[in-house]
Amino acid sequence: MDFGFCLSPSSHVKMDSIDLTTFNRLKETNPDVNTCIACGSCTSTCTAGNFTEMSFRRLLLMLQRGKEDEAKKMIQRCMLCGKCTLVCPRGINIRKILLDITR
Amino acid sequence: MNQYIFHPFVLPFVLGMAFVLTYCLVGLFRIIGQLPKDDRKKFWRSLVTPKTAWANIRDLFGDCLFHVKIWKRNPILGYMHSAIAFGWFMIIVIGHVMLFTLKPLQDVDVHGFARTFTNFYYPIFYKHFAEETPVFAFLMDFFLIVIITGIFIAVVKKIYSGVVGVKRVTKFGFADNMIRFALWTIFPFRLIAEKTNIMAFWWLYSIDLMIFMCMLPFTRYMHIPTEALFILLKHAGLKPREPRKGYALAQIYSCPSCGLCIDACPMSVNDKNSGNTSAYFMKKLRNADDAEAKRIAETCMQCGKCVAVCPVSIESCDIKMSQREATPYIINSDHSYLENVESSSSVNSTVLYFAGCMTQLTPKIMRSMKKIMEAAGENYEFLDKDGGICCGRPMMLSGKKSEAQAMIDKNTELIKKSGAKKLVLSCPICYKVFKEEYKLEGIEIQHHTQYINELIKNGKLKVSKGDVNYVYHDPCELGRAFGVYDEPREVLENVGNLRKAKSEKELSICCGGSLGSFNLTQQERDEITANSVDDLMYNHPDEIVTACPLCLKTFSKKSPVQVKDISEIVSEKI
Repeated sequence: MDFGFCLSPSSHVKMDSIDLTTFNRLKETNPDVNTCIACGSCTSTCTAGNFTEMSFRRLLLMLQRGKEDEAKKMIQRCMLCGKCTLVCPRGINIRKILLDITR
Repeated sequence: MNQYIFHPFVLPFVLGMAFVLTYCLVGLFRIIGQLPKDDRKKFWRSLVTPKTAWANIRDLFGDCLFHVKIWKRNPILGYMHSAIAFGWFMIIVIGHVMLFTLKPLQDVDVHGFARTFTNFYYPIFYKHFAEETPVFAFLMDFFLIVIITGIFIAVVKKIYSGVVGVKRVTKFGFADNMIRFALWTIFPFRLIAEKTNIMAFWWLYSIDLMIFMCMLPFTRYMHIPTEALFILLKHAGLKPREPRKGYALAQIYSCPSCGLCIDACPMSVNDKNSGNTSAYFMKKLRNADDAEAKRIAETCMQCGKCVAVCPVSIESCDIKMSQREATPYIINSDHSYLENVESSSSVNSTVLYFAGCMTQLTPKIMRSMKKIMEAAGENYEFLDKDGGICCGRPMMLSGKKSEAQAMIDKNTELIKKSGAKKLVLSCPICYKVFKEEYKLEGIEIQHHTQYINELIKNGKLKVSKGDVNYVYHDPCELGRAFGVYDEPREVLENVGNLRKAKSEKELSICCGGSLGSFNLTQQERDEITANSVDDLMYNHPDEIVTACPLCLKTFSKKSPVQVKDISEIVSEKI
């Protein structure tokens, strides 16, 4: 269907062909990722986010869309301070998830 | 062989003893061989340094022989352990002393190796061969009876552990249960054999000893010989570098699996989690169950209470940290962006205040500190008023010691640039890493409890005393880690009445919010928090006071009364 406008090709995410291994593995080890409501509390308190583009909410979105390389680059900025875990209204163990992604 | 010096029933004992001595000797060389070179050097040097040598002697007698720490924990438990261990030791010593008075042993003509061999087993079985003098006879019987009373308590403890004030005991496997049974029966058999001289009992006694000796290296009783080595290594100031080698191995073998840490561990509030305590962690390491050891190491909150109650002072938290450090990561951190961070604070202040990440989430602590410092007329500056860099401790707790260095370096640079003479911290998590890892020569590092106490003491800060009843919660990383127990209590006594919690100071229960644990779920943490709050509410205080932003945040969710930081209380009373 042509609406007369579309996303630029570099932003396309083809949900059928993306690689979701990391996200699926994460869902198995940390089922609480499914309960995220993307409220952004983690992002707004992030210590590393103060200096960089680090944002856990976006990180999760990247993984859900198979953008693993971008996610891996972002996660390197994390300081593991745990503020995100502390403020999460859903009680998601974000610090554990961050650690699990990196190993 | 002469009937006065030999009978075949001594052979099982001789075999067992030879085995255990060989095993211990090999183990000793193995452990010392596994130490890194500089650690080994430190160890040799500590043996001849008067200060550490004295500490060695004091603890070898105090811990290995008299079990002072167990007596302090619980007198009945202390008696039980001392009766068996010290009683047995005395029987061995007296046995060897009276060797030279025994007739007819001294008249029998054996020399050289045969004589040495005889002396090896003779004190254990002398009653079958010789007559002793009445004084020795009394002493030997006395200590044998003492041991048997100890065993009696042990049997009662097995049936009902509450008798020695222990709720949960370690669950043992087949080997540990079997050797315990062997230990319990050795002495009754000896008593019967000595009094009746029935051959069957001498054989049973000797075979029992053999079972005990042969199983010793593979069970918890290995703590008997290893603890002595562990004490020497500990005083040399070593730190475990690998979870199952060298110094850590000595600690693993020194763990008696007594299970005192099980009741102490905050996680044990949920029975399911009592398997994650240090006693089991050491067992998993010992059995080379790496997957389980890793899981437990990562579940631990690193509150240090198990270390505080351990009668052997096993540094299980350090071993867990070395276990975490051994975990490989595929993606490593990259904090190179920190290089361009500029300090937002101006220079030339005497006191530099670093709130830390957690305090950023509890701005009332920052506001209170500002009010306090202004009231005291201090020349102060905030290092991270617009958000700072993490201190690096959470990174280290995740086992990424080298990756924390980027943050440590940057913070050090910013602090040194400020020219301050004193660094005040609100977060005990930061305090620990600043004290241990930062190299800030010439800058005094204080937690705000110490700082406020100093301000009140030297008259800079005037506070009024109210009649509110406070209870103080000792944050793990401030109390157990650095012994800062008195300063916060002195401050609180200046502003109100201090009530006692049920468990205080080194026995204080972690709030449950600890950054140390990876695996605990929110629900499990809530259970720990509720238990800790119950403990604090023991004397019905009006308010709970803590000195850690993380404890403050965690308690606030579960407490029936208001939870405040100590700085808030003080700022209200200015």
